[in-house]
Amino acid sequence: MATVRTEKLPVETSEDVVRVRQAVRAWAVELGFSLVDQTKIVTAASELARNTVVYGGGGTCELESLQADNRRGLRLTFADQGPGIADIEQALKDGFTSGNGLGLGLGGARRLSNEFDIRSQPGAGTWVQIARWK
Amino acid sequence: MSPAGKSSLVDIFDRHEKDVLNAWVDLQLRSASSRRDLIKDDELKEQSSQFLRLVREAVTRAGTDGLDGPAWAPVRDLLASISQSRARQGFTPSETATFVLSLKEPLFARLTETSGDARALAAEVWKATTLLDALGLYTTEVYQKTREQLIAEQQREMLELSTPVVQLWEGVLGLPLIGTLDSARTQVVMENLLQRIVDTGARIAVIDITGVPTVDTLVAQHLLKTVAAARLMGADCIISGIRPQIAQTIVHLGLELNTVATKATLADAFALAMQRVGLTVVRATPRG
Amino acid sequence: MERIPILKMGPFLLVSIQVDMHDRLALTLQDDLTSRIVSDHARGVLIDISALEVVDSFIGRMLGNIAAMSRILDAETVVVGMRPAVAITLVELGMSLSGVRTALNVERAMDMLQAAVATSVAAPGSEPVNGHSTD
Repeated sequence: MATVRTEKLPVETSEDVVRVRQAVRAWAVELGFSLVDQTKIVTAASELARNTVVYGGGGTCELESLQADNRRGLRLTFADQGPGIADIEQALKDGFTSGNGLGLGLGGARRLSNEFDIRSQPGAGTWVQIARWK
Repeated sequence: MSPAGKSSLVDIFDRHEKDVLNAWVDLQLRSASSRRDLIKDDELKEQSSQFLRLVREAVTRAGTDGLDGPAWAPVRDLLASISQSRARQGFTPSETATFVLSLKEPLFARLTETSGDARALAAEVWKATTLLDALGLYTTEVYQKTREQLIAEQQREMLELSTPVVQLWEGVLGLPLIGTLDSARTQVVMENLLQRIVDTGARIAVIDITGVPTVDTLVAQHLLKTVAAARLMGADCIISGIRPQIAQTIVHLGLELNTVATKATLADAFALAMQRVGLTVVRATPRG
Repeated sequence: MERIPILKMGPFLLVSIQVDMHDRLALTLQDDLTSRIVSDHARGVLIDISALEVVDSFIGRMLGNIAAMSRILDAETVVVGMRPAVAITLVELGMSLSGVRTALNVERAMDMLQAAVATSVAAPGSEPVNGHSTD
């Protein structure tokens, strides 16, 4: 699997969340994703970007276009140095509120993606990676 | 002694390219595998000429090693495009690979003529043969992948054909599902139905599952998602054709269908749909 | 500060969301609509989202909130024109928006709003409603 192209965006404000949506849309279009698949990954990105701003205290989003076996993919990595998540399993369950209200975002992003990975610990920030393949 | 991989091959291309090209094209046209029914002679000549030119440039730049490298990219790209088009046109894998492999004969003929030293000749022939074998195999790989893509496309087309959305009445669509519903198929079905709802401005969609043999949790979930998506767009769904066994399965699985209208038969569902859009059927001619 | 414009048409308020909203803009819309329902004695709200290519959980919750709050204020809300790809994605996300009424297009939505208003009692002092039932 090879990374063909990457870009890193700041995710600090709610305007940045919109910028991330637009960037992900542009990359998905370029990779030739169907309209439904574009919408799914842009929506997932919106959820994760918002989490990064609201609960992570701001962070970054890295976009990567991937190539493996003639298939093309788009991978997004959201990282922040915020408070982290104590119970990831619980956070993934829908409607979950940890007092900060993570809600549907995390579980939703997972359902909307082909691949999902998360690493987080209290006090050690949060790292979430999703990918969608064409 | 000439540097490895470059000498005699490069010489052949520099001084004998035209001869090799003519001999090669001639050989291809005479061979049964050239499929002159699928490809025009001019096109074959053009492809052969381009291939030879690109190979010469690549060998001059980087020798015969490192076929994955950037120097050989133009050759790989040309072979990929030729393989893809042949795969779609209906050439067999052998016919496609023969394009590259048939170059061996004229190439070896020239090498033999121009080389004086038997050992040097053997070395050059070995390099040429490994090069062409590798390129031939690459051609076959691309061919395979293209065929797989083609099959996937055709499968998708068949899926769409097998789940047509019909207009039962103005504002009422019907979707008769037949056969097993898997994830991929349901996706296609869902997108199709929703698009037709937009296109026709339908208010109701009747999804008939008489032809669906089994309904398990997954199938039921897919159906419910379709109904939910249609509702978000402003159209209601009625599920019909629920056989007694399926009704039992649904209850056993503890599935909640209370937000969705269900009817045993398509006829009942149609009657309900007409009622919902505010229409009544009135007998125009007296019975008998 | 930028705001989504809210138009008044008789007893109804019309909103057409044409931009990719950031969260603050969405919250402002929610507040503005609630105020206007009261100040204009609105009986219905029509929210056109046919231009939205993405509706995530935040926007979805906003729509749900607007529907709930308007109902408390005796107004009916109809969300119009959700795109198929958006509908599919919202369902996958897990949002059913069950408290929100939806319509395929503005004509259908207006029929729904007028029917809803015609069957309810007009509050004293408000303008008479020229509602008619649909057929």
